Amino acid sequence: MYAQMVKTDGKGIKPDAEMTPEERRFQARIDAGEKIEPKEWMPDAYRQTLIRQIGQHAHSEIVGQLPEGNWITRAPTLERKAILLAKVQDEAGHGLYLYCAAETLGVSRDELTEALLSGKMKYSSIFNYPTLTWADIGAVGWLVDGAAIMNQVPLQRTSYGPYSRAMIRICKEESFHQRQGYDIMMKMAQGTPEQKRMAQDALDRFWYPSLMMFGPSDKDSVHSAQSMAWKIKINTNDELRQKFVDQTVPQAEYLGLSIPDPDLSWNEDKGGYDFSQPDWSEFFAVLKGNGPCNRDRIEARQQAWDDGRWFRDGLSAHATKAQARRAASKVAAE
Amino acid sequence: MSSEWPLWEVFIRGQHGLNHRHVGSLHAPDAELAIRHARDVYTRRNEGVSIWVVRSADISASSPSEKGPLFEPSNDKVYRHPTFYDIPDDVGHM
Amino acid sequence: MPSLPDMMTPDAAALAKAAGKGEAIPLAAGTPEHDLFTGLLRLGDNALILGHRVSEWCGHAPVLEEDIALANVALDLIGQTQLWLGLAGTVQGRRRSADDLAFLRDAWDFRNLLLVERPNRDFGHTLMRQFLFDAWHQPVLKALEESTDPRIAEIAAKAGKEVAYHLERSADLVIRLGNGTEESHARMQDALERLWPYTGEAFIGDEIDARLAEAGLMPRPEALRPDWEATVRAVLDEATLHAPQDDFAQTGGRQGRHTEDLGHLLSTMQWLQRAYPGAAW
Repeated sequence: MYAQMVKTDGKGIKPDAEMTPEERRFQARIDAGEKIEPKEWMPDAYRQTLIRQIGQHAHSEIVGQLPEGNWITRAPTLERKAILLAKVQDEAGHGLYLYCAAETLGVSRDELTEALLSGKMKYSSIFNYPTLTWADIGAVGWLVDGAAIMNQVPLQRTSYGPYSRAMIRICKEESFHQRQGYDIMMKMAQGTPEQKRMAQDALDRFWYPSLMMFGPSDKDSVHSAQSMAWKIKINTNDELRQKFVDQTVPQAEYLGLSIPDPDLSWNEDKGGYDFSQPDWSEFFAVLKGNGPCNRDRIEARQQAWDDGRWFRDGLSAHATKAQARRAASKVAAE
Repeated sequence: MSSEWPLWEVFIRGQHGLNHRHVGSLHAPDAELAIRHARDVYTRRNEGVSIWVVRSADISASSPSEKGPLFEPSNDKVYRHPTFYDIPDDVGHM
Repeated sequence: MPSLPDMMTPDAAALAKAAGKGEAIPLAAGTPEHDLFTGLLRLGDNALILGHRVSEWCGHAPVLEEDIALANVALDLIGQTQLWLGLAGTVQGRRRSADDLAFLRDAWDFRNLLLVERPNRDFGHTLMRQFLFDAWHQPVLKALEESTDPRIAEIAAKAGKEVAYHLERSADLVIRLGNGTEESHARMQDALERLWPYTGEAFIGDEIDARLAEAGLMPRPEALRPDWEATVRAVLDEATLHAPQDDFAQTGGRQGRHTEDLGHLLSTMQWLQRAYPGAAW
């Protein structure tokens, strides 16, 4: 997902008997479906895990601007250009909402940005893949946003108030993203032979990286168990991946495209598809920094950050001077 | 220098004349720019007709630990709610 | 410079050839339709090319709030492009859509100001270009609201609201950065000096402008200068920036002679449409 393999600080779920009275009260509130708000008491591990998860999600939104932004200047019609620009702008907005949610936990946006640029914090592996043709813009909307929504919809019910509210706003805006992606794919799939080829090629390249977005199986992970007890993770990775495959296969069939998995088949007993796992060694390599675009992505963010410093500082300096002038004229008037 | 722009809370009144509602936060060097950023960030889908911004640091909030004393006393004042009263249907809408 | 074929001059042989292939037939120069078509291209191409330039920032701006704000400006401009070029296509009467005009003309048929095709360089340069353009764009649209062609007046009224905000934003940022740090001041002054030679062109009319003005369709470019100068002088003064004394103006954009930059911009923008002719996207 946009937040993959987020480590909790705890060592799995604490047995009730080992909890302090505060921790027990906290867990009871979560179990009762109450929201936890910024200034309220929370276990330090809950706070740290949330910072990592929300931060990683925010980073994914803004790094995610890059592969799609790659086609804004080459969009084939004025309408497609406007739609894509509005969409990538939404990603910036989502990053902004999420950074603000993380800030309520006592970390600044600048600190989070530094952590992204230094490689201390991660973003979703999917954005380290390149967008090579216009059909990739369709595939990103259809598959990548489709996979993201799987996770984001349940996260609207997450236990941390500001995170939940950010997710509600994001989901409201996100619903157009997947549709516009599929709309592009439909046009391509019904288009010229070259366009069909682009569409199939995009599906071939984005299928397994999309499955990786959910992260490796975590049914035995102590981190996930703790996060689920805290309701900052709602479903297991495998559940979401299965749901995604079940939803996407018929959509691909409608387009007349084939999923690049010879072992894909409907399993009547489980009421879902059997499918091949992605190459998890590739996933870990990408996380480590060896995806096709890792360096380019961070370099682009680093450059925006460095090149923008004089602008941010310039406006700060102006605001400080203006405030001093106002204060001085007030004193003079008195 | 390179100090981060301060954080602002954004309140927006929607089309229907309801109260300003908290919609989120953002960073800006001063109030004027905070309003402009709020327009660009939080009204992209025609959400508002009026914007308030206030520096997050200037907000005074009730303390979570006093939640009980502050809010529970109103729990039992059921007579404040219209549904407390049984009015015969024959009287009509009230 | 070798003389370029003027795509808008009727030429019997070319006409016959184009008609045979169902291509757009150029309008005869000097006719009212051709004048109006050119006037609309001048408006639409400004919006298209500047919108494109601004959109290049998406994902790369100095701070998220600005990234979002700039995308709003670009989206307004792309929307205006669709309206102006849509109307231009109608006026031309050759069933060319706004997309055809945007993606299938070569540089010599573009009629935008040279100012808007100048590359982004740094963020200050981008903002200064925006301000110098907005300060012209607003009075143009205001005048166009009085156009004798209601279609033009309607588009101008809609675009006018958007551009009023663009100008407020760009003027304010120029003032702030001029009064910010030493570095922000220096960058804005540098941007002003680089862009200044590209501002004069907007106020030099040709006979097409004269005929359009006479018909009450569009304002004379010269008439817009006082408004523009008043805005620019006031903002630069407050920003403590100094406009160069040299009034030399680079010209040609409004007639189709562009800087080297436009060709590169178009080769990016038009690539898909050119590489896969006739495909629907």
